[in-house]
Amino acid sequence: MNGKGILSGLLITLRHFVDTYLEDLKVGRKRYGTAEGIEMRRSSDTRGIFTIQYPEEKLPVPEEFRFVPFLVYDVKEDGEKAVRCTSCGICAKVCPPQCIWIERSVDAATGKPIPTPAEFFIDVDVCMNCGMCAEFCPFDAIRMDHDYEMASYDRHKHHILNKERLLKPASYYAEIRPTSYRREEAEKAAKEAAKAAARPPAGTAA
Amino acid sequence: MSDLQTQTLVPQLDTIFPDWVRPDDRAGYQGYIVETEHLLAVAKALRDTYGYDLLSSVTGVDYLPEGKLEVVYHVFRTTGGPIFVYKVQVPRDNPVVPSLVPLYPGAELQEREAYDLLGIRFEGHPDLRRILTWEGFAGHPLRKDWHEPYFEEEAKPYKSRWPEGQVRRAEDLNPFADNVDYPAGFDPESLVPDADDTLYKTLFRVQQAQHPEIKTDAIVVNLGPQHPSTHGVFRMVALLEGEKILDLKPVMGYLHRNHEKIAERNTFLQNMPFTDRLDYIASMSNNFAYALAVEKLMGVQPPERAEYIRVIMAELTRIVSHFIAVGFLLNDLGAFFTPSLYGIKERELIVDIFEMVSGSRMMCNYFRFGGLARDMSPEAVQKTKELVNDRLPRKIDEFDRYLTENEIVRQRCEGVGVLTPEDAIALSATGPVLRASGVPYDVRRAEPYSIYDRFEFDVAYGLHGDIYDRYLVRMEEMRQSVRILKQALRDLPEGPIMTGKPAYQVRVPAGESYGRVEGPKGELGFYLVSNGKPNPWRYHVRAPTFINLTSLAPMSRGGKVADVVAILGSIDIVLGEVDR
Ligand code: SF4
Ligand code: SF4
Repeated sequence: MNGKGILSGLLITLRHFVDTYLEDLKVGRKRYGTAEGIEMRRSSDTRGIFTIQYPEEKLPVPEEFRFVPFLVYDVKEDGEKAVRCTSCGICAKVCPPQCIWIERSVDAATGKPIPTPAEFFIDVDVCMNCGMCAEFCPFDAIRMDHDYEMASYDRHKHHILNKERLLKPASYYAEIRPTSYRREEAEKAAKEAAKAAARPPAGTAA
Repeated sequence: MSDLQTQTLVPQLDTIFPDWVRPDDRAGYQGYIVETEHLLAVAKALRDTYGYDLLSSVTGVDYLPEGKLEVVYHVFRTTGGPIFVYKVQVPRDNPVVPSLVPLYPGAELQEREAYDLLGIRFEGHPDLRRILTWEGFAGHPLRKDWHEPYFEEEAKPYKSRWPEGQVRRAEDLNPFADNVDYPAGFDPESLVPDADDTLYKTLFRVQQAQHPEIKTDAIVVNLGPQHPSTHGVFRMVALLEGEKILDLKPVMGYLHRNHEKIAERNTFLQNMPFTDRLDYIASMSNNFAYALAVEKLMGVQPPERAEYIRVIMAELTRIVSHFIAVGFLLNDLGAFFTPSLYGIKERELIVDIFEMVSGSRMMCNYFRFGGLARDMSPEAVQKTKELVNDRLPRKIDEFDRYLTENEIVRQRCEGVGVLTPEDAIALSATGPVLRASGVPYDVRRAEPYSIYDRFEFDVAYGLHGDIYDRYLVRMEEMRQSVRILKQALRDLPEGPIMTGKPAYQVRVPAGESYGRVEGPKGELGFYLVSNGKPNPWRYHVRAPTFINLTSLAPMSRGGKVADVVAILGSIDIVLGEVDR
């Protein structure tokens, strides 16, 4: 036992320490508080200090990042909200902790169900952010959000999100998940085109 | 038959013991059913004559409609080869089975678990007490007729959610209100002293048996449940003579949430994100083992690309887990947080990749039956390549230079917490703990799953079975993982990532299956029984760290208190998995 191992270990620690300052000198001011600096610190050749000063700095999340879901609505030409959800119930069935509650709308006159939710709740204290609801929704109506700053002082009041709170426009969806959005729109367009091609030309029917 | 043959061929138990054993001929089932009174004899023959030296898993299944409880044993040979399964059946109202602890001491904690959760009594077990639930728990929760507080329905999805979903707050359901059952005559107010007395008595018994002549004052010391050395809410009750450990009992269950009962209410698919929460450092491995078990039942095979991505994720997970294990072992040795933060830094870069492919850093929920949830993007592949080809090998070497020759590490670890190969096998240790003891058993080699037979890698093993060797084995395994990753990334083909269409209700034929992988912490297995319904009839996790804890006491006896902390660190437990 001669302490050589300890000393060479300490040198490595010292190296880590010194690296931080060398990097600071090399990169300059843009190392902190800028998107470029954050990217540098999390890249695969990062050296020196590694931590991100949350909340002043925030790590950008990747597109696939999933947090509590939201409901997508399209904006019609007249400016009205068109909720994509048809209250088919698949998300409520697939949800592992069963934290989705959907009340289907019923036509007051006929008593028949209509394909839009009257209410839609997600208990975010129970939601495990698994993303299965979004994965299996056949109408691209529920998607995982990127907004992870949901802490509130009163969970009793604020942690069951209703339809009102859950609805977000398709433009927001396109912004946080551009690739998925484009892919889905393309798929939809292709389906529409196929349908149009299969339909007999106008005028020949009946 | 020659010795070599008996030791390598799969024995036909029903021809060897025609009166005691019959093949399990239910559709979709494997193995043999052994007469209860001959269990010990058959198990002994399997161990001594046929070479099945490691008892991997003991669990039970409640076949309520038939009025039977079944105890299922999985054994394997540490020389390699497939797992072997046999069972005994006992009536539900009087479930008594001879304990296998005299043959396989590794059955101790597992039999206690089966007793606790299913009410199977193991005759001859040295210490048959509840293990995961507390003393005031009424009934045995994995019995099919047991209902949790605020029981809603036998199986999800619950009807109350749709189409007339009337939301109610989860916290209004307080399981300690008037809906909780206590055993007859049980008063929760007067619980604590009684219950711990029985626990302490098991320690004294050992002491009196071993040292009847010594008249010293042995004292009981509790380490934990809240203790910085226990890696979570875990408790060790130690019987001390001065600084010396005479005996020790692990006490667990503080984080018990009845994972298996939840899973039996869930559909097969719904269980996938729940497996993430077992060993939350290694969620991709958990996904892997569970997907394998269900795929065996369904008879589907993932496409090539998915297989490669699975291996990539599993090996990255192993590196993450070992960085954490080594880092926190150093914490336990007193190098407070510098090494572990260096490890966490590398882990952070890897979980960035997990987040890119799966959407979450820790709770990946990435595997599906027959493939993966989504493809690995070119950016993610690129990032993985950068890490694997450049950074990780460099950083593993740095870790090595940083710690391996450190004199304090060597002094504290060499020759401490020794587990001989014989003991390691007898105690059902798996993973780095088993390999460090000189048994080069790795499921990836012994019974290759997925596409592990295509990669070149070495199985790391130690020779001394001490803490230091466990450390070295983990370091070497990281290097081997990098080696596998390089090959997998080189050969990663293009193509689909899913066999068949993704479906939210999968059809799983009736039968049983056992899927196992070499997880970072040991053999992780899922034992499933399906009766053809959307929900598993039985879902059991063979949790490697839980079973590795069986070796904690034998490793610690005779050591010092400070050694116990390091020994526990070298087992590398994660309480999410131990307690389930
Ligand atoms: S969000 Fe999608 S899956 Fe859920 S009810 Fe609406 S349409 Fe169906
Ligand atoms: S993310 Fe998962 S847990 Fe949350 S609402 Fe969707 S399905 Fe349910």
